[in-house]
Amino acid sequence: MRDNPQSGSSNLTRRAFLQTTGGTAAAAVIAGYSTSGQSASPAEIAAGPKIEGAVPITLRINGKDRQLRVDPRTTLLDCIRETVALTGTKKGCDHGQCGACTVHVNGRRVNSCLSLALMHDGEEITTIEGLGTPDALHPMQAAFVACDGYQCGYCTSGQIMSAVALLKEPCGPDDADVKELMSGNICRCGAYANIVAAIQQVRKNP
Amino acid sequence: MHTFEFVRPADSAAAVATAAQANTAQQGADVRFVAGGTTLLDLMKLNVETPARVIDINRLPLDKIEARPDGGVKIGATVRNADLAHHPTVQREYAVMSQAILAGASAQLRNMATTAGNLLQRTRCVYFRDTAMPCNKREPGTGCPAITGTNCTLAVLGTSEHCIATNPSDMCVAMAALEATVHVQGSKDTRAIPIGDFHLLPGSTPNRETVLEPGDLITHVTLPPPVAGSRQVYLKLRDRASYEFALASAAVVITVEAGNVTRARVALGGVGTKPWRSPEAEAALVGQPVNQANFRKAAEAALRDAKPQSQNAFKIELATRCLTHALQTATA
Repeated sequence: MRDNPQSGSSNLTRRAFLQTTGGTAAAAVIAGYSTSGQSASPAEIAAGPKIEGAVPITLRINGKDRQLRVDPRTTLLDCIRETVALTGTKKGCDHGQCGACTVHVNGRRVNSCLSLALMHDGEEITTIEGLGTPDALHPMQAAFVACDGYQCGYCTSGQIMSAVALLKEPCGPDDADVKELMSGNICRCGAYANIVAAIQQVRKNP
Repeated sequence: MHTFEFVRPADSAAAVATAAQANTAQQGADVRFVAGGTTLLDLMKLNVETPARVIDINRLPLDKIEARPDGGVKIGATVRNADLAHHPTVQREYAVMSQAILAGASAQLRNMATTAGNLLQRTRCVYFRDTAMPCNKREPGTGCPAITGTNCTLAVLGTSEHCIATNPSDMCVAMAALEATVHVQGSKDTRAIPIGDFHLLPGSTPNRETVLEPGDLITHVTLPPPVAGSRQVYLKLRDRASYEFALASAAVVITVEAGNVTRARVALGGVGTKPWRSPEAEAALVGQPVNQANFRKAAEAALRDAKPQSQNAFKIELATRCLTHALQTATA
């Protein structure tokens, strides 16, 4: 497929593009919070739009307490993405079948789509944004880059969160053992062989 | 998803009191307990479950695995499946349950799913999960399109003309072979329910899946003391190597002395409308020499009453071979 001529010559990122042109309704919702994610202060979030029936909770996300008000129906995934605006965590199937939404709760990997945000009041959440930074990648992030462990990248944050959790779980030494423990993360591009290579690289040289 | 009130009770008594106000503890319940959420949230997003109140039991002190005075083990309702499967006592003495749990779902889901939640895991029948379709389990009296429709993954044992949905649990199959007991705190009393009596056959009321009544809170499961010298195997056959429900599975707890079977507990998964203990196979095994012909005979006994549907006759032979192979592996 040919590149879109309108975006071909620009250095604009996809996210910046969406943020500046993404429609007034979406912009209005996001404006109450912060579009820069990590820099949102509790005060900014508390000043967000009033949601009928919302319940106050505190989530400690990537080491930072977030005082939030969420509709009881809000999944942990939607809370992370929409309320806190940390969009590295992805929504794939939204039914616990694909693993794109994998985050750590109190150090353990879970499918954030099958959990309510309210169930985690006071708990410690780690997302892909909490692992490393572009200048100082987590070893697993660096290994995924070195081993080319992705194509489209949509499942990648879930794959990496799963892989980092796997390092602390009982897991045999073989590729087959890694494959078994990574089976909850689906990659439609089929980058599995390189994902296994990246994980084994980190396990051998942590 | 429909709106609901989120309730976090101070203790089990408060949880039971709130749940006792429910219209039913079965399909259509207006009050639900949530622990892992892996079944309930999935079904709430599909509008198959629409509770008005959701009671979070995660902060109740029901998350311990403890040794019992009789030599058995007590497993709390909210013990995560991963913690249960990796517990040293379970791995050593109740290996079939560790194997069964690790054969199911994914690492993420096992970190979330709980003992009680797995006992109450709902069928994956596609008609049950689709509110645009009739389903006697979801809406009694509307019919069962699976009987004339897509039924290749559905049950061949314990079915009725009203429902052929498979119980999807692996853990429960191991619990059936280990003769577990489910402990329930109700609004009037506490009850101990043998695992074989906990799940109901669909009959003419497939909407009723367990003996639970409004207010009943599963507090823990107990396992009897391990059987000295028993060998245990869980074998699961499925369409892909991992992260898939069983087409057929077998849990085997068997004791052999001098080449003869002295005790056998056998249960099947993926083929029954409930976790399927087979007293027929057990009776066929006890007192017989260990050999493939006898194992095959016992497996055939387990499937003798199987009733195939239009697409799942293969499950009868698959389950027969699955059990035969599990018995061979356990006694090898």
